[in-house]
Amino acid sequence: MSDAHRSEVEPIGYVPVPEGYVSHSRLERVLRSGRFAVTAELNPPDSADPEDVFQAAQPLGEVADAINATDASGANCHMSSIGICALLTRAGYSPVYQISCRDRNRIAIQGDVLGAAALGVSNVLCLTGDGVGVGDQPGAKPVFDFDSLTLLRTIRTMRDQGKFLSGRKITRPPQLFLGAAENPCIPPYDWRPDRLAKKVEAGAEYIQTNYIYDIPLFEKFMARVRDAGLDKKVFIIAGVGPIASARAARWMRSNVPGIHIPDPVIERMEKVEKPAEEGKKICIELIQQIRDIAGVSGVHVMAYRREHVVSDIILESGALKGRKRARPS
Amino acid sequence: MYRLRLFAIRHARTFEWIYKYVERGMVAMDPLFAKIGYNRVERPIALVEKGVKTLLFDCKMCGQCVLSSTGMSCPMNCPKQLRNGPCGGVRPGEFCEVKPDMKCVWALAWDGASRMRHGGDKIKEVLPPVEHTLKGSSSWLRVSREIAAQERDAMDAARETLAQAFPEARENEPSAAPLAAEPPNAVNQELKK
Ligand code: SF4
Repeated sequence: MSDAHRSEVEPIGYVPVPEGYVSHSRLERVLRSGRFAVTAELNPPDSADPEDVFQAAQPLGEVADAINATDASGANCHMSSIGICALLTRAGYSPVYQISCRDRNRIAIQGDVLGAAALGVSNVLCLTGDGVGVGDQPGAKPVFDFDSLTLLRTIRTMRDQGKFLSGRKITRPPQLFLGAAENPCIPPYDWRPDRLAKKVEAGAEYIQTNYIYDIPLFEKFMARVRDAGLDKKVFIIAGVGPIASARAARWMRSNVPGIHIPDPVIERMEKVEKPAEEGKKICIELIQQIRDIAGVSGVHVMAYRREHVVSDIILESGALKGRKRARPS
Repeated sequence: MYRLRLFAIRHARTFEWIYKYVERGMVAMDPLFAKIGYNRVERPIALVEKGVKTLLFDCKMCGQCVLSSTGMSCPMNCPKQLRNGPCGGVRPGEFCEVKPDMKCVWALAWDGASRMRHGGDKIKEVLPPVEHTLKGSSSWLRVSREIAAQERDAMDAARETLAQAFPEARENEPSAAPLAAEPPNAVNQELKK
């Protein structure tokens, strides 16, 4: 393990959280201090080799305040999110433990939450999960014992009241920063802000959105979020990602649930010779536009199988503007 | 039936109204149910409930009905059985991610809720996860029984100490026992003045 893995060590063990905080999460600290946060998604390997995780994490760790470990997203089987989190905390990173309600019931999930916290995880992201039908094993039994909101409320109860949902006492409650997802660019558009309000009510302290490619639609959503005062109650981190090619964009749009990419974006990709470069450029522009929208507290970069471009994108976009970067050679 | 389900959502306001009266009726029948025994009426009432609600809402008899908080759109028809709003995969035109031929149950729910008098507020409340042990039982009976019990408790709490000291007398000789805080009538209104 090289030293690069040891940049952002979080305490493992029980240390009381400072006043005004709910966890030891670096992400929470960045957000509460008013800085523009950057998170990034790690694509889970199809292997049992920890080195695969460290390799993927390295370029993300250079720029990200937290690294998301996905939980079989798209209902495809990969290394588990808790496994990745265990590796990442061991290497000094600050992971976001994603929990999908699709694969495990309330008994398994509550146990895993304690396990994750014990491993030094301080961020969780509560997700409903895509249907099993879109994944590589459509014959699997969908669980959905919780939905993302009941999951949020359950973990909040575990954290703040020190109790399982059954009422049994937890001797050392987990200290976790609670997150949820939102997808502002898909229907029912009118109700998305209400749904967000409900997630805040259930316990969400930060939100990571799905891919945003449609800025006008997102701005409309954010205007309603601000009208409802929600931007004061929850940190909103907008999701972005570089598209590899027009074909990939089309495929994603029709095969991955919940992805909205407007035609002009795809047309722009079609016109250029180096679509991958163009995809990066579009992503950088999106981050710059998103940064200017009031009420947005950060960006979440999801670069499918292209972790190496994430740090370029973030640095070029100026998302970390104002933060000092020192790199003695 | 899918068509009837859509109809029910379009007329969510009417159903809200009907539900209110059915509920009041069942609460009023509490003493009767209690006499026969709640566990004896459970089966027949669950059967009726199942028949009516399956036809109208494609009810799955989860045993903990939340229709009045979900715009009369039964959330058990959501393939992910979400209880608190649409997932992030709703397709263009508000169709379901998992069953593309079906309208998203939760898009319909919000639509139905906006037509109801109280639905718009109720849909904003976070509902608990489904309790699987209740599957198949009658939620009508559970609700009316609970409301009846609450009303009884509220009434008891309002009674005077004297009344609370002689609970049997109230059951055996309600009119002879001067026990309850009397409802307003000509005599005690006079006294107050
Ligand atoms: S699209 Fe709507 S009905 Fe379909 S799974 Fe998602 S929330 Fe349920």
